[in-house]
Amino acid sequence: MELTCITCPKGCTLTIELKEGKILSIQGNGCPRGIQYAENEILHPVRMVTSTIQVIHGIHDRCPVMTSKPVAKEKIFEVMKEIHSLKVEAPVFVRDVFIHDVAQSGADLIATRSVQLESSFSNEKK
Amino acid sequence: MKTVDLVIVGAGAGGLSAALAAWNAGIRDILILEKENDTGGILNQCIHTGFGLHTFKEELSGPEYAERCAMMLKDTDVNIQCGTMVLSMTKDKILTCSSAEHGLEKIQARAVVFASGCRERSRGAIQIPGSRCAGILTAGTAQRYLNIDGWMCGKRVLILGSGDIGLIMARRMTLEGAKVVAVAELMPYSNGLPRNIKQCLDDFGIPLYLSHTITQIEGKHRVSAAVLSQVDEHLQPIKNTEKRFEVDAVLLSVGLIPENTILEEAGALIHPKTRGPVVDEQCMTSLDGVFACGNSLHVHDLVDFVYAEGQRCGQGAAAYLTQSLKQEKCVQVGAAGNVSYVLPQILHFCDAKLFFRVKTPMKNCAVVLKSGTKELKKMKKISLLPSVMEEITVTKELLEQCEDDLTLEVTSWN
Ligand SMILES: Cc1cc2nc3c(=O)[nH]c(=O)nc-3n(C[C@H](O)[C@H](O)[C@H](O)COP(=O)(O)OP(=O)(O)OC[C@H]3O[C@@H](n4cnc5c(N)ncnc54)[C@H](O)[C@@H]3O)c2cc1C
Ligand code: SF4
Repeated sequence: MELTCITCPKGCTLTIELKEGKILSIQGNGCPRGIQYAENEILHPVRMVTSTIQVIHGIHDRCPVMTSKPVAKEKIFEVMKEIHSLKVEAPVFVRDVFIHDVAQSGADLIATRSVQLESSFSNEKK
Repeated sequence: MKTVDLVIVGAGAGGLSAALAAWNAGIRDILILEKENDTGGILNQCIHTGFGLHTFKEELSGPEYAERCAMMLKDTDVNIQCGTMVLSMTKDKILTCSSAEHGLEKIQARAVVFASGCRERSRGAIQIPGSRCAGILTAGTAQRYLNIDGWMCGKRVLILGSGDIGLIMARRMTLEGAKVVAVAELMPYSNGLPRNIKQCLDDFGIPLYLSHTITQIEGKHRVSAAVLSQVDEHLQPIKNTEKRFEVDAVLLSVGLIPENTILEEAGALIHPKTRGPVVDEQCMTSLDGVFACGNSLHVHDLVDFVYAEGQRCGQGAAAYLTQSLKQEKCVQVGAAGNVSYVLPQILHFCDAKLFFRVKTPMKNCAVVLKSGTKELKKMKKISLLPSVMEEITVTKELLEQCEDDLTLEVTSWN
């Protein structure tokens, strides 16, 4: 069978020889990460999930988030459900963890951008 | 009039990288002008991961990549002025810009880098028949609404064009609860990266109709349906192949165009194919001391390439300012056959990299660099895709052998 490696933009075409669900050989990978990808994709496919969450009192209204590592494909929409119910207060710092083990996926949900407190709001606070 | 050694227009990945490179090369008076209130450019709305595998050796989201680029300037005195729109420039490098803070301002620069990104082709540019109702927008605009402002532009969506932004938006809208009914592509192949076809369409069972286009849009105030038709080899719609989809939004992902109005008006030579300025290996345009990099030079699909180009450009500008740029003999480089374009178009006799794209997909082929009819270099390639930018290196020694201008072409390998 053939698979497109999605690990990096090169997108190598991997040719995989399978026998009774076991991998016999993998060819066409431009780097070792292609092997890891093919094994995962056949045994238990995983994906990164990215979205945004609402931020209150920040200089931006949304903060982009991602899973700290790829999660099982069938967990994607459960992860999205938890993301939708989330609302955080500024300030946010890049790599802040919002949810540990999001949707029991084994990955954390983390910020991929810093969002400062809106200046008018920080003045009000003082 | 205020004078500045180096003015950089745009604080996206290209501009920030050029600034750092020029700083590291000893230039101390650098001013970046950015129209938005924040640095980072288009990266801020690209919240998916897949950025930075080369530059930072990590898989980052667009915003995080942007933050890293900005952080690297923290220890420098590079001056970044956000909320400032550059309006025009003269040949003598006098820039006119406007901002809420300083009003209308003129700045005399000794060197200028244009890193102003690109814009999307819009509906007008591709002329879809049908009603002019709400709900038709470019994929990048929809991306901005969703990822920066948090607004969804529709619930049932059809995407025209299989460029990467369209593919990424197909997945993004699906994750947020919309139904993406189809992606239609006029050409018999996709213009997007293979990985995006896989992870954005195949993963979610979104159909990709190749050789299809929109032949009708219905709706009074808002889009209610769109009709797709298959096209023949001359890209003309075929009768009785119509498929009607009820949708409330149509996204267009039909290509990007380098943003160069200011450069063009200043008199820089613009290349008809890249739609960006003609440059040499240091990214200098036909205007003395005026440089360009990133998506304003040619459309890139990888930010790491933009970053690397920004570095070359920043170093080029620094060399120009310190007068170590030697304008010796040069040759022109052109594209032939299935090569869509080559950059730079002007090469001085030095070690350099040539970047190129092909027009249509090709397998088992040879990339050949010729000087007149003489073959200078030949490189085998298993597969070439229009969506993937390729490179070929040339050395000073190799260039010294050439008497004629250079052409780059792709032929089948035998
Ligand atoms: C939707 C999308 C998805 C992408 N996905 C990926 C990906 O997955 N992986 C990857 O590696 N790369 C990806 N890329 C490519 C890469 O991110 C971009 O090519 C790169 O970030 C462009 O950088 P730039 O500096 O050239 O342009 P930009 O980021 O567009 O920066 C240009 C800046 O110039 C400013 N400007 C323009 N005109 C003026 C003016 N007159 N005065 C003042 N300021 C001005 C703009 O406001 C902007 O901030 C993607 C690109 C897009 C568009
Ligand atoms: S195999 Fe390696 S080089 Fe090829 S797409 Fe996968 S990660 Fe990239």
